[in-house]
Amino acid sequence: MQRIKKLLNEKDSDLLSVYYTAGFPNLEDTIPILRSLEKAGADLVEIGMPYSDPLADGPTIQDSSTQALNNGMHLQLLFKQLEGVRSEVTVPIILMGYLNPIIQFGMEAFCAKCAEVGVDGLILPDLPMEVYEEEFRPVFNKYGLFNIFLITPQTSEERIRAIDEMSEGFIYMVSTAGTTGARQGVREDQKAYFKRVEAMELSHPTLIGFGISDNQSFTEACKYSKGAIIGSAFIKHLSSEGADEASVQRFVDSIKQKSSSLN
Amino acid sequence: MSYIKVSEKGFYGDFGGAYIPEMLHPNIAELKANYESIMADPVFEEEYHALLRDFVGRPTPLYLAERLSEKYGATIYLKREDLCHTGAHKVNNTVGQILLAQRLGKKKIIAETGAGQHGVATATVCALKGMECIIYMGEVDIARQRPNVERMKILGAEVRAATSGSKTLKDATNEAMRHWISHPEDTHYIIGSVVGPHPYPDMVARFQSVISEEIIRQLQEKEGINHPDMVIACVGGGSNAAGTYYHFADNEKVDLIAVEAAGMGITSGKSAATTALGTPGILHGSKTLLMQTKDGQVTEPHSISAGLDYPGIGPLHAHLFASGRGRFIAVEDEEAMKAGIDLSRMEGIIPAIETSHAFAVLDKIDDLKGKKVVINLSGRGDKDLDTYIKWGKY
Ligand SMILES: Cc1ncc(COP(=O)(O)O)c(C=O)c1O
Repeated sequence: MQRIKKLLNEKDSDLLSVYYTAGFPNLEDTIPILRSLEKAGADLVEIGMPYSDPLADGPTIQDSSTQALNNGMHLQLLFKQLEGVRSEVTVPIILMGYLNPIIQFGMEAFCAKCAEVGVDGLILPDLPMEVYEEEFRPVFNKYGLFNIFLITPQTSEERIRAIDEMSEGFIYMVSTAGTTGARQGVREDQKAYFKRVEAMELSHPTLIGFGISDNQSFTEACKYSKGAIIGSAFIKHLSSEGADEASVQRFVDSIKQKSSSLN
Repeated sequence: MSYIKVSEKGFYGDFGGAYIPEMLHPNIAELKANYESIMADPVFEEEYHALLRDFVGRPTPLYLAERLSEKYGATIYLKREDLCHTGAHKVNNTVGQILLAQRLGKKKIIAETGAGQHGVATATVCALKGMECIIYMGEVDIARQRPNVERMKILGAEVRAATSGSKTLKDATNEAMRHWISHPEDTHYIIGSVVGPHPYPDMVARFQSVISEEIIRQLQEKEGINHPDMVIACVGGGSNAAGTYYHFADNEKVDLIAVEAAGMGITSGKSAATTALGTPGILHGSKTLLMQTKDGQVTEPHSISAGLDYPGIGPLHAHLFASGRGRFIAVEDEEAMKAGIDLSRMEGIIPAIETSHAFAVLDKIDDLKGKKVVINLSGRGDKDLDTYIKWGKY
């Protein structure tokens, strides 16, 4: 939690948050990828907790989740992998996933584990604001976890304001009506939506995600927000280019358009 | 406390609710804000009932199955939902939802389907109203319910294969929800059972409640009684069962029998007996009983009948089970197939294999004698000829 706050205070713009699925491409890749992402200059890392029925995800993240589950990933193991990680990495860590596995784990036990291993926040797409407020907010607060809410082009102004009120850290601004997945470019109607939200002058910054895939879309998104989130494009990169440190570095560089991407 | 009435927040006891991603919030909120008032509008009601009468062919008969009654020493009536236009109860719901979608100003329709009956019923009402229609269906189900796939296409619908997971109903539902997330403005999702986020379970149950409404009237005429002693229905997601139970759920004198698919056996690892194997969790936006691993991953189910091949049940059924109000019994593939043949030979009705499960249970209940029983004959077996032929024992 403090790590997210600190980052948001210290860095003004162009935050890069990278998502990948725990246990993908190989079961033991979770921590090495995390390390590599920090080293390569990612500002935030989102680790996906694989789920059998990820409703908000497109084919790329679905497939990575299936592979991770086939590799044997589960929550207990993820926490085991994350044990001690805070002695080596300082980048804020957000876990992203679906409610059912967490409910089976036990929400309080889950939050306690998150705090213990040094997770800073959670993104749970199928946890609606109303349920969070009624059932889970005190537990999140007790363990110092930020709950990151999503807004979409269809979210009403009134609801965006309510979400802003309830938010901590930042708001995840879903770039378009759709599931996760790499797309080309940023359309005019998306820009209009980004501008509309920007003009609302919310009390929390936004990071734009879904469909951000390369330097161009990243740069465009950053014009209207504090940064952007890349998931599917990174998963694809891990599949085709490998998950080693140099490969991760190349990917982050390509987003930030640093010279190594040209090599 | 009513067993069948949903709470303001969409719960039946501990089950229900709307655990949906933010992307679906506007659509679900719109539906929730409007479904009750639309359904209560007399003009809507008239239109709905006129279509049920003239297009679907309602009321469906309540037929006294004499040879079956004699065999079991009970008075067994069959509620003939198989005689509905399109061949199953599913159309009661799609007729209602298409009218509702029109009132909400929607232009396009999506749906999931398992056996293809809901897909056909949806494609049918879309043709009727000139609306664009996309149906998601698991790849496995496309292969085993071929006639229904072709019927949907003839009716002008596009059938899209769901290729993830077990490639059956659960996965088709995932794909339909993802489609809705990507097309939130002009599209209505016609869910085919009493599953999904609130208000779907309540809305679908109400559209299906015409079944028990008619049963009451027909039993009054035929037997001079207000209610049967027992009603029996198969449960996939639970819509035909919800319709059959609806007006009896709060009358404890009526025994509610729910029949689930045990597949190759409850402990075989190839089963869809949700109440026997399931634990509370969240599936397709609703808190309910579902088959899952201890880590909360949804288990891939199995049933010979595509319509029962689902790892969950609607939240109202989870509540009927947890509260003890409903009696849940599981029937294996083989038992269901035999019961389907028996019904064909004894009463001249070839049932859908989903429906066969409801008949197989007659051999498992020891308190049938002398009772007045209604079995919901949810659908006919035309779509299942391939499966009957492959099974071959007739
Ligand atoms: C004939 C028939 N009966 C039953 C079902 C199961 O669905 P539900 O439990 O919603 O009635 C289906 C589903 O496809 C069906 O086609």
